[in-house]
Parts: sequence; C-alpha cells; structure tokens
Amino acid sequence: MNTRTDRRIRIGAGIGAALLAIAFLLGGFVVLLTAGGQAPDFESLALDPYVRAIFGFTLLQAGLSTLLSVLLAIPFALALHRLRFPGRRLILRLFLLPQALPVLVGALAVITIWGRNGVVSEAMASLGLPRLEIYGLSGILVAHVFFNMPLAARLFVSALDRVPAEAWKLSGQLALPSTTVFRLVEWPALKSALPGAAALIFMLCVTSFTIVLVLGGGPAATTLEVAVYQALRYDFDPARAIGLSLIQIVLTAAVLSVTLRFGRDPAGGFGLGGKARRFDAAGPLRGLLDPLVVAAGTLFVVSPFVAILVSGLAADLSRLVTEPAVIDAAATSLAVSLAAACLSLLVSTLVLMAIEALGRGPRQGVAARSARNLLELATSLVLVVSPVIVGAGWFLLLRGFTDVLAAGPYVVVATNAVMAMPFIVRIVGPALREANAGTGRLAESLGLTGLARLVFVEWPVLRRPMALAFAFAIALSFGDLGAIALFGSNDFVTLPYLLLQRMGSYRTADAAGLALLLGLITIALMAIVERGFIERRDIAV
Amino acid sequence: MPALPRIRRTLPAIVAAAGILATGLLADPAVAEEKPTLTVYTYDSFSADWGPGPQLKAAFEKTCGCTLDFVGLEDGVAILNRLKLEGPSTKADIALGLTSDLIPEAKATGMFAKSGIDTSGLTVPTGFSDDVFVPYDYSYLAFVYDTETVKTPPKSLDDLVSGDPGQKIVIEDPRTSTPGLGFLLWMKAVYGDEAAAKWKALQPRILTVTPGWSEAYGLFTKGEVPIVLSYTTSPAYHEIEEGTERYKAAGFSEGQYLQIEVAGILKDSPHAELASEFLAFLVGKDAQSVLPTTNWTLPVRGDVELPAAFSHLVTVAKPLLIDADTVAKNRRAWTNEWLQAVGAR
Repeated sequence: MNTRTDRRIRIGAGIGAALLAIAFLLGGFVVLLTAGGQAPDFESLALDPYVRAIFGFTLLQAGLSTLLSVLLAIPFALALHRLRFPGRRLILRLFLLPQALPVLVGALAVITIWGRNGVVSEAMASLGLPRLEIYGLSGILVAHVFFNMPLAARLFVSALDRVPAEAWKLSGQLALPSTTVFRLVEWPALKSALPGAAALIFMLCVTSFTIVLVLGGGPAATTLEVAVYQALRYDFDPARAIGLSLIQIVLTAAVLSVTLRFGRDPAGGFGLGGKARRFDAAGPLRGLLDPLVVAAGTLFVVSPFVAILVSGLAADLSRLVTEPAVIDAAATSLAVSLAAACLSLLVSTLVLMAIEALGRGPRQGVAARSARNLLELATSLVLVVSPVIVGAGWFLLLRGFTDVLAAGPYVVVATNAVMAMPFIVRIVGPALREANAGTGRLAESLGLTGLARLVFVEWPVLRRPMALAFAFAIALSFGDLGAIALFGSNDFVTLPYLLLQRMGSYRTADAAGLALLLGLITIALMAIVERGFIERRDIAV
Repeated sequence: MPALPRIRRTLPAIVAAAGILATGLLADPAVAEEKPTLTVYTYDSFSADWGPGPQLKAAFEKTCGCTLDFVGLEDGVAILNRLKLEGPSTKADIALGLTSDLIPEAKATGMFAKSGIDTSGLTVPTGFSDDVFVPYDYSYLAFVYDTETVKTPPKSLDDLVSGDPGQKIVIEDPRTSTPGLGFLLWMKAVYGDEAAAKWKALQPRILTVTPGWSEAYGLFTKGEVPIVLSYTTSPAYHEIEEGTERYKAAGFSEGQYLQIEVAGILKDSPHAELASEFLAFLVGKDAQSVLPTTNWTLPVRGDVELPAAFSHLVTVAKPLLIDADTVAKNRRAWTNEWLQAVGAR
C-alpha cells in the first residue's frame, strides 16, 4: 500500500461513515415523506392556535433562558477572573459538572432546591413569604440557567484568559480604575465571546426536552420537541408528529445558520482556563463584591448537587442497589452507553480522518470540496435534527415493518451515537489536525500507511482527546432521556427511564436515590475512562 | 516507540468492551418457562404495591397454574395509546383500565376479541352491556380538596371555573389518563359548545397537568396543591388507611361524571382461555371485594359489602355520561379544543 491508496481508503471510509450518519439522521423522515400516506397537513398545523402557542413558547423560553444565563454569567466570570484564590480552578471544574450530569438528575435537583416544597420555599415560608411555583415557565428558566449559566461563565472566563498578558500589565502599570479596565480590556474580550455563547445556549434551549417534559407542567408550557413526543405517545397522531418535527427542523436550522454567522462553534467551550496574571488593583467596593458574586454563583450551581447528595443518601440506597429492576436498568444503560460511545467514536474518527486526508491531497477540486462539506454536515446535522425527532422518524418507519419496541435498543444506541458526534469532533478534530501538521509530512515521505501510520502518527496525539471524547459520549448517552422516552418499554428500561417512571409515580425517595446513583455512575464512568487512557501525570489538567 | 505498548494495552480492553456489548445488548432475555404468563396492561396505580394488583395476582395464581404479570402504564388512555403503538405484536393478553368512553375506539383497532363473559348480572349505573369489554368497577369523578387549606369548597362546576385563580388545582391530561378524559367530557356534558370558553376561564387555576392520576394525587397529598381531580371515593382511602377525614370530595350541583372501568381480551392473545378465566375471576365476588379498598372504586356486584367509610361519601344524584359513540367521533376535536384553550398563553 502506498500513501495515495492509504489516503483513498481513509477518504472512502470517512465518506461511508458520514453517509451512514446522515442516512440514519434523515432516513426515517425521508422515507415517510416520500412513501406518502403520512404527509402532514401544514396549513391546518400552521393555523392551529395550539401549535402557534407552542412555537411561541419554544422561542420565548429559549430567549429568556439565554438572556438570564448570559446576564448572570457576565458578572460571575468577571469576578472570578479578577479574583485569585486556590479554589478558582476547582470552581471552573465544578462548572463543567452540569454539562456532564444527566439532565433528568439536574431537573430533579432543581426541584429539590427551588420546588414548592424545596429548600428555598421552606425558608421563604418560615419567613411568612409565599412559596415558589416551579411548574411552567419559571421552573424551565431556573433549570436552563442552572445548566447554561456555568457554560456561559466558562466561555467568558476563557475569553478573558485569551486577553494578552500585556493588556493586564499595562492596566496595572497605569493604575487604571476598574471601570476603565472593564471598558478597554474586559468588555471587548467578553463581546467577542458573547454572540457565540448566546447563540449556543439559545440552540440548546430551543431543543431542550427533558427539562420541559419534567418541569413544563402541561400544555401551557410545551415546546415543539415535547409536542412531537406527545403527538406520538399521547395522541398517536403520526401526521402531526411529522408536521411538528419538520417545523422544529426548520426552526433549528434557522437558529444554527444564525449561530454559524457569528463564527462561533456551537459545541465549543471545553477549555479549563489559562494562566492570565492580572496586575490591576481591586477597589474597596469590588474587593467586597467580587467574592460575594463568586460565592453566590458557585452556591447556585453547587447547591443542586448537594441536594441530590443529601436527598439521595436519605433514600433506601441499599434496597435500591439490590433491586433487580435497578440492576437491570443500570446494566442496560451501561451497555447502551458503551455501545453508543464506541460507535460514535468510530464514526466520528473516520469522518475526521477523511477530512484530514482531503486536506493533504494534491489539489482541491469541486469534488474534494463537496466531499468535505458532506463530511462536516454529517458531524453537526444532529444539532438540527434533534434526538427526539430522529427517534420519531424511525419509530414511525419501523412500525410499518416490525415490532417497534423490539427494535428500540438499536435505534437508541444509534441516536445516542449521533448525539455525541458534534462533541467528539470538537474534541478530537483539533488534535488530529495538530498530529498531521506535526508529523504528517514526515509520515508521507517515509511512506507510512495503514495501521503503522495510525499507531505512530495519530494514536499518540489522539489518545488523550479520544479518551475525553469517549468519556463525554458515555456520559451523554448514559443520562439521555430523549431517545429512550420514545422507545422505552417494560422490556427496555434504562436508568434515566426508570428514574422518570419513579418520579412519575411520585416515589420521591426512590427517585432521589436513583438520581444519586445515576449521577455517581456517570461521573465514575467518566473518571474511569479518562484514567484508563491517560497516565497519572496527564490527569492534573 | 512508546506508543505501541500503549495501544497494545488498551486495544484488547476496547475489543472486549465491544464484544460484551454485542452479546449483552442483543441477547434475548427470554427464558423458557413451564407456566404460561398472562400479561395484563393496566394503569400504574392498579399494579402498584398499594393497589389491587398484588392481591389479585396472589389470588388468581392459586388456581390458574399461570403467572399473572401486571404492566403498569401512566394511566387508562395510555393503555390504548400503547396498544395502537405496538399493534398486533403487543405482548398484552388483557387490557385492563380503559373506560366505557373508549370502547368504540378500542374496538375500532380490531385488536380485541369477544370476552365470553355474561355481564347481565353485573350492576352499573345507567346500565351497560357489551360482548367485548367487561365492566369491573365504577366511580364518579370529583374534585377532592384539603379541608385545612380550602375553607369554602366549590359546590358546582361553575364555582370551580370561576373560583379564585390563586387557589390552584391539578388535573390529568385527557390524552393519557381516564380521569383527565372524563373531566374533558364532564365539561362538555355541562357546557356543550361553551366548554372552550370555560376551559380558558379555568386555565389560570391549573397548577399543572399531569400524565396520570398517580402524579396528580401525589402532588395533592404532598401539599403542593389543595384541590385535585380524583373520585368521590378517594376520601374513603384517607379515612380507612390513614384514619383522617381531612380530605373531602366536592359534590357538584351539575352532577358528577361517571367512569366505568372495563377490561378486554386481545384477539392475538395465545392464552385466550386463561384471559377469559381472569375476567370471570375479576367480576367474581372475591376480586370485587378487594377492589373497593385497594382501587378505591365501587363494585359491579350487589353482594359485596362496603366498609362504613363508603356510606358517607358524596352521594351522586345525577350521573353524567356522554354516549361512547359521540365520544369516539369527537375525541380528537375536543382534545384539540382543550389543548388550544389550556395551552394558550
């Protein structure tokens, strides 16, 4: 095999993988629409006041969630960046947790803190104040801010970290007052990250499923994503499900194209913070305010975790972990998430390698460019065609041929796999580029091909990012409720599905215990995977 | 090169993991069993530990030489949704927990078989006869309130609709639950074409809409909401099981909607005879005596003695029931009307 053949194989395999992913994402719908019989009546859907209300609510909750997350993240990021203290890195790491935590667990935690019988309500009631109402818009907003404020804060901190050291030195030497530092240094940095962060959060909130399902509280607070699920599982109205799905796809595609216009990566933001040193002095007011802001923000993010820990430990854990239903569900979740993560890593890496291989080709013709576009489309299409929509399409299609619920596990694994692709690509992609930039040419000239090239060129550089990506994919799949919500049955129960069932029958103690187990297993899985692949000295990121 | 040993170390682990997955995920857990298993789809409060499920299972398994397996779904309407989803490949032998309102729609699926049970001896208000579905209990819908927080309970549907929006109620979703559907029909029976406007008036009072009765009642007993859509028989539960008269049902001057719960046998069931036996058992005296104090409903036999707590329940002078064929024809339209009224902001 020569290097050209190697390149061809890589491109071919990548395109094959990309086509597979695209076919899976769109297949269900394309067949349903073209095969006919199920075509939705768009006119009546567009005129339906309820559909309009859902559409409006989808945008409203996403807009407000984004606004609140960003507005709260800015003062927090500024304060955290100004302060230098030993726990700073730990806080940034803690702020990664909401991203890794299963959404359902987070939603439960938010109820424990902010619900009508939650910690805050109890405190308010003891002061003679009215209790909080968590169901509906307010609950959705609190939960979305809990998940997205930390993300925005991390993006802002890393934007501040990118400010050249000279700017901080100069501000210190000139003894600029903090308002001037903000105007000249901090704000321009924040401004560069703002559109990307806002667009990313808006995108995540538009397609939010679990939070709306659990905290929405009925038809008055339903999003398109949840309405698709309900059209299938509540009404069994396939035409409506397809129609709503297509409306949702158009909406997310529009949002994503706006996002991309801002030139920011919709799945970015995994940095752990640089080492910018600041020399500007804190004024007395700020010196007092900054720690307060950091403490309040940290409390907001950490308190739900503490709540889960406390209420989970109060549950009958020893009974739960020996209950066959729980063990079965955990084993199923483990199998599903490992299979999904393996599949996702394989497909993503193949696609990435093809993109790289195309890049080092001799000429960049139309064919190469369109191949590249196809490959890139495959990795981010899932952002437009959300998991519930993919599931709905396959659900309706498979129903015509086979027992849908028996085919469930395969669809859920595949859906979880494509869900993780955008994240894997963002983590592994840059490293692969780096590998080829560093040793690619040498490998070419040495004629390294096939397995040898993989082992000596790519693997050493990819090992760490791939482990991180794998861990993320596992966490994502392990905590996913979107796909399983459609395909779950009594023969196919994952841990989040079981948790939803227990929450449904208001066995709250069980739910709290399960949430704790789910959260702990997710974090443990991530730790094991990361540690399995990374040597000790690498871990201290 | 240090890279090679590293990949050698991790590669087997990956391969092993993939192998475990392939076998673990795809293997069919079905184990050959000697005894036949009768699968009954029902709602979760029926199959729950505190519901009638466990007692009925124990009693029926004594004589049937089979395993009785209750599968608890969100609520009654969800059973029908699930059967439509699964189609003929369903594992269910019996669907238990639909209401008489849903019978024409259930029959239209073509998935049900004649029960072979003589229902003429069973007593149900307003009368009932069907050769496919067997009525096993009935109850009247009612709003149940907490006397500690609700000092002036609604005395009519009008009171409820025009009441203080600060005093919240919780109802069930008519797309998944039978009480939810029953309330939709109740509003329709009382208000007719004005129902949509009345739903809009009621909307501000609704704290949340739950998929099933269990969730709604859970919110109520946890003190999250002072009024819940349930049954006239619910207070008997609190009196007998908890010894408290704190929770009361509100009698409405317009009448209460009647909910007749029925069970039917799936046509493709391989255990048709066993299924028929179970239905006969279900309307027999033993099972009927279990239902009032576990499912908290009224029996369809006159020879069942009810505990004293049942004697001071709200008496229903005017049972309301919309003809099932009318329900079947209008259910989707009425549900959309409800969605539009309750979902509007």
